[in-house]
Amino acid sequence: MTYFDRFAIPHPSPAIYASMVAIGLTVIAILFGLTYFKKWGYLWREWLTTVDHKRIGIMYLIAALLMLFRGGVDAIMLRAQTAVPDNTLLDAQHYNEVFTTHGVVMIIFMAMPFIYALMNFIVPLQIGARDVAFPRLNALSFWLFFMGAMLFNISFVVGGSPDAGWTSYFPLAGNDFSTSVGTNYYLLSIQIAGIGTLISGINFMTTIFKMRVPSMTLMKMPMFTWTALITNAIVVFAFPVLTVVLLLGTMDRLFGTHIFTMTNGGMDMLWANLFWVWGHPEVYILILPAFGIYSEIVSTFSRRNLYGYKSMVASIVIISFLSFLVWAHHFFTMGQGALANSIFSITTMAIAIPTGIKIFNWLLTMRKGRIEFTVPMLYTIGFIPIFTIGGVTGVMLGMASADYQYHNTMFLVAHFHYTIIPGVVFAMLAGLTYWWPKMFGYMLSEKIGKWAFWFIAIGFNVTFFPMFFTGLDGQARRMYTYSEATGYGPLNLLSFAGAIVLMAGVAILVYNIYYSTRYAPRNIGSDPWNARTLEWATQSPVQSYNFARTPHVESTEAFWDHKKKGKPLFKGKIEKIHMPNNSGMPFIMSSIFFVWGFSFVFSMWIPAIITTIAIFACMAHRSFEKDDGYYIPVEEIEATEKDSEVLTDETR
Amino acid sequence: MRMKWAFLSVVIGVLAVLAGCEPVMVLDPKGPQAETIADVIWISIAMMAIVVIAVFGMLVYIVTKYRASKQSADYEPPHIEGNPIVEGIIVGIPIIIIAVLSIITVKSTYVVEATPEGYEDQKPLVVYASTSDWKWHFSYPEEGIETVNYLYIPTDRALEFRLYSYGPITAFWIPQLGGQKYAMSDMITTLHLAADEPGEYMGRNSNFSGKGFAENVFDVKAMSPKEFEEWVDEVKKTAPTLTEEKFEELLLPGHLGRSTFSGTHLEFSPPPEGHGSHGDDADASEEHGDHDE
Repeated sequence: MTYFDRFAIPHPSPAIYASMVAIGLTVIAILFGLTYFKKWGYLWREWLTTVDHKRIGIMYLIAALLMLFRGGVDAIMLRAQTAVPDNTLLDAQHYNEVFTTHGVVMIIFMAMPFIYALMNFIVPLQIGARDVAFPRLNALSFWLFFMGAMLFNISFVVGGSPDAGWTSYFPLAGNDFSTSVGTNYYLLSIQIAGIGTLISGINFMTTIFKMRVPSMTLMKMPMFTWTALITNAIVVFAFPVLTVVLLLGTMDRLFGTHIFTMTNGGMDMLWANLFWVWGHPEVYILILPAFGIYSEIVSTFSRRNLYGYKSMVASIVIISFLSFLVWAHHFFTMGQGALANSIFSITTMAIAIPTGIKIFNWLLTMRKGRIEFTVPMLYTIGFIPIFTIGGVTGVMLGMASADYQYHNTMFLVAHFHYTIIPGVVFAMLAGLTYWWPKMFGYMLSEKIGKWAFWFIAIGFNVTFFPMFFTGLDGQARRMYTYSEATGYGPLNLLSFAGAIVLMAGVAILVYNIYYSTRYAPRNIGSDPWNARTLEWATQSPVQSYNFARTPHVESTEAFWDHKKKGKPLFKGKIEKIHMPNNSGMPFIMSSIFFVWGFSFVFSMWIPAIITTIAIFACMAHRSFEKDDGYYIPVEEIEATEKDSEVLTDETR
Repeated sequence: MRMKWAFLSVVIGVLAVLAGCEPVMVLDPKGPQAETIADVIWISIAMMAIVVIAVFGMLVYIVTKYRASKQSADYEPPHIEGNPIVEGIIVGIPIIIIAVLSIITVKSTYVVEATPEGYEDQKPLVVYASTSDWKWHFSYPEEGIETVNYLYIPTDRALEFRLYSYGPITAFWIPQLGGQKYAMSDMITTLHLAADEPGEYMGRNSNFSGKGFAENVFDVKAMSPKEFEEWVDEVKKTAPTLTEEKFEELLLPGHLGRSTFSGTHLEFSPPPEGHGSHGDDADASEEHGDHDE
C-alpha cells in the first residue's frame, strides 16, 4: 500500500465526504473566529491550561454534549435504516460501523465525561475543598480523555471506523476479519481515554478521603459524594483490566501475537472475559453517580432529608462489590455449563436487592414531603418507573436459562437502554439543570425544560418498548436489515418514530440552553433551589477558591441546618489561600498522546518512537519542575466576598 | 395535564398494537427445551409484574398525595432517618423474590443443558453445526450426509448439536426449539434440543459476525422420523459427494443458497474436539473428553 492509500476510507459514502467537508469548514471557522476575536490568549490562559476543577468540569460537560450529538446522529441513522424491511439507506458495512461507534461514543465518550463533569464540579464543593487532591493531574485526565475522544472521532474520515461492535469481540475484531484500521482506532483511543479515567479514579478517591473539611466524617458526606467515592473505587479496580485487554488486543493487531486468534493457541473468549470484567463494573461506574444525583434532587425538591441514608450507603457499597462478580452473565451462552451459569445468575439477580432498596428509599423520601415538580425532579420521577422496567428486565435476563433466548436479541437492547437512558442520561440532564445555576450563574428555563422532558420521556419509551417484543420474536441485535416476512417491520417503524420524538426533545434542550443563556435573569443568588448541601453555600458562579473559609459540618445537610437551625457554617477569620498555578503541560502531553495514538493506528513507527520519547520527556520535566503555586491575599478575598455571607457570618 | 393524557394514549395505543400481534416466537415453543424456557419467562414476567405494579402504585400515590400544590403553605416536611421495620420489608421481600427466581433459574438451567426430559433412554441424533462466513454447515455423521443452510430434523427424538465455527464467534439459535449457544473456532459447545411437532422454523446465527450477519439464517424443518429416514436415503442416493476441494470452496466468505451432499467434512476437516488444544493441529484429533456438561 502506498503511503496515502492507508488513510483512505475503505467504505466511502457521500455522507462521509459531506462530513469531511463539514469538519473541515468547522475547523476553519473556529480558527478564524479565534484569530478574528483575538481569543487565542484567553483560550490558552483561562481554559487550555486551567487546573481549576470547575473549569475542567465545564470542559468535560461541553465534550459530553458534543459526543451526545455525535452518538445521537448515529442512533438516528441506525433506527432509520431498520425502520422498514429491506431498507438500503445504509449498507451492511456502514451499518456495522455506525452501531459500533454509537456504542463506543455513548458509553466511553458521552456518559463517562458527563459523570466526570458533574463529579469534577460538585464533589470538591460538597466536601468543602478548594480543589481536587491533584489539580494538575485532573487537567491531564481531562485532556487525555479529550484527545482519546478526538482520535476516535477522526476514524470515520481517516482510514475507516471500527466495525466489530462496541464489545469488539475477537477474532471478528482481529486482522483476518476486520481489515481496516478501525479497530486500531478503537483500541488506542479507548486506551488513551481510559488512562485518563484511571488517573481520575485515583485523584477523586484521594480527594474524597483526604480533602474533606475536618468536621465531615464519612457518614456525613452528601450522597452524591458517596456515590462518587464508590464509583472511583470501581474505576481504580476495573480500568487496569481494560488497559491490559486493550494492550493485548493491540499486540494481536499490530505486532502479530496470537492471544485472541483462532489458531496458534489463541483464545477468543479470553477477550470476552477480560472485556466484561471491566465492562460490567463499567455500567455501575455510570449508574452509581446517577443514583447520587437523584438522591440529592429527590431530597431537595421533596423538602425532606434523604430516607434511609445508611441503607443507601450500604447498598452502593454492596452493588460495587457485586458488580465485579457477575461478568460471565454477558456470555451465559458460551457453553460454560449449568453450574457456572447458575452461580453467575444468582450474583446477577442479587444486585436487584440493593438497587430495590434505593428505589424504595427515594419513594419514601418523597412520602410526607412537599414535592415540587421542577425539571430536575421531573427527570427523577420519570426515572423511577422507567428504570424499574429496566431493572426487572435485567433480573429476567439474569436468569441463565431464559437468557439463552434473550441473549443478543433486541430484548437485550431494550433492557440496557431502559437502564442506561433513565439511569445515566436522565440523571445527567437532571443534574445539569439542577447544578446549572451553580456553574453559570443563571437558571435554565423551567418551561422549555419541561417540554424537553416530555418529548424525551415519551420518545424514549416509544423507541425502546417495542424492542422487547421484536427481541422475543427472534430479531437479533445488530442486524442491518430484515425481510418483510419476519414481521418486524411495524414495530421497528414505531421505534423510528419514537427516535424522532426523542431527537426533538434533545433539540428543545439545546434550544433551552441557547434561550436561557440569552434571556434568563442573572441575579438569582447563590441558592436558587433552596437546596441542602454545601455546594450551595458558595457564590454563583463559584469563586476560583470555592470557600473563603472552611465550612463547619455537623450533618449530611450542613447548609440546610445552617439555614433552618441557624447553625454557623463558617468560623474563624479569613486567611490567605494557597492555589496551584496553571500549567500547559497536561494539554501538551495529551496532544502528544494524540499523535502517538495516531502513529500506532497506522503503524508509523518513526513518529511512534519520537512521541513515546516525548511523552517520557514531559513526565521527566514535571518531576524536576519546582512549582509552589501562589497565594491569594486576604484583601483580595475580602473584596470578592464583600456581598456574601462569609463576612456577615461573624456578626450573626 | 394535557401532556399526561397524551402520554397515556400513546401507551395504550402501543399496547393495543402489540395485543393484536401473533404470539412471539420465543413464547410459542415447539419443543421441550423451548417450553421450559417459555415457562421460566412467563413466571419471571408474572413476578416482575408484581414489583413493577408495587413501584408504579407507590409512585403515583405518593406523587399525587404529597405534591406541594396540595399542601398548606406552612407545611414543614418532617425529618425521618429511617425505620428498621420498613427497611426490613424493602430488603426482605426482594430477597424472597430473588431466592424463588434463583431456584427456578438453577433448576431450569440444568434442564435445558441436559438431554430433553423423556428422551433420556434413546440415542440422540448428533448433528455437527458449524458456521463459516456467512453460512451454516450441518453434518450428520451417522447418516453420512451434509447440508448447507438448511436443517432437517426428526420429531420426537433428542437432538444433540455440536457447534463450532470456521470464523468469528457465532451463535446457533432456533427460537421455537430452544435457547442459543455460541459456536467458536477453538472448542465445541453442545446444545440439546428436541422438536415435538412437525413444522418449519426459523434458525439463525444470533451473534454478530460481520458484514453478512443479517442474512446468516437457516431453515429448519421438523418431520416425522419416517419421513426423515426417507429424506436421508434419498440424499445418500442422489446428492453429490462432498470433497475437500468443494468444502474449501464453501468456506470462502459469501452467501449461498441451500445445498446437499453425501459424506461430511468431518473426516478431512475435523472439529476442534480436543479440550485444551485450541486449534493446535498436532493434538486436535486427540479426544480427551469433549465439552458435554
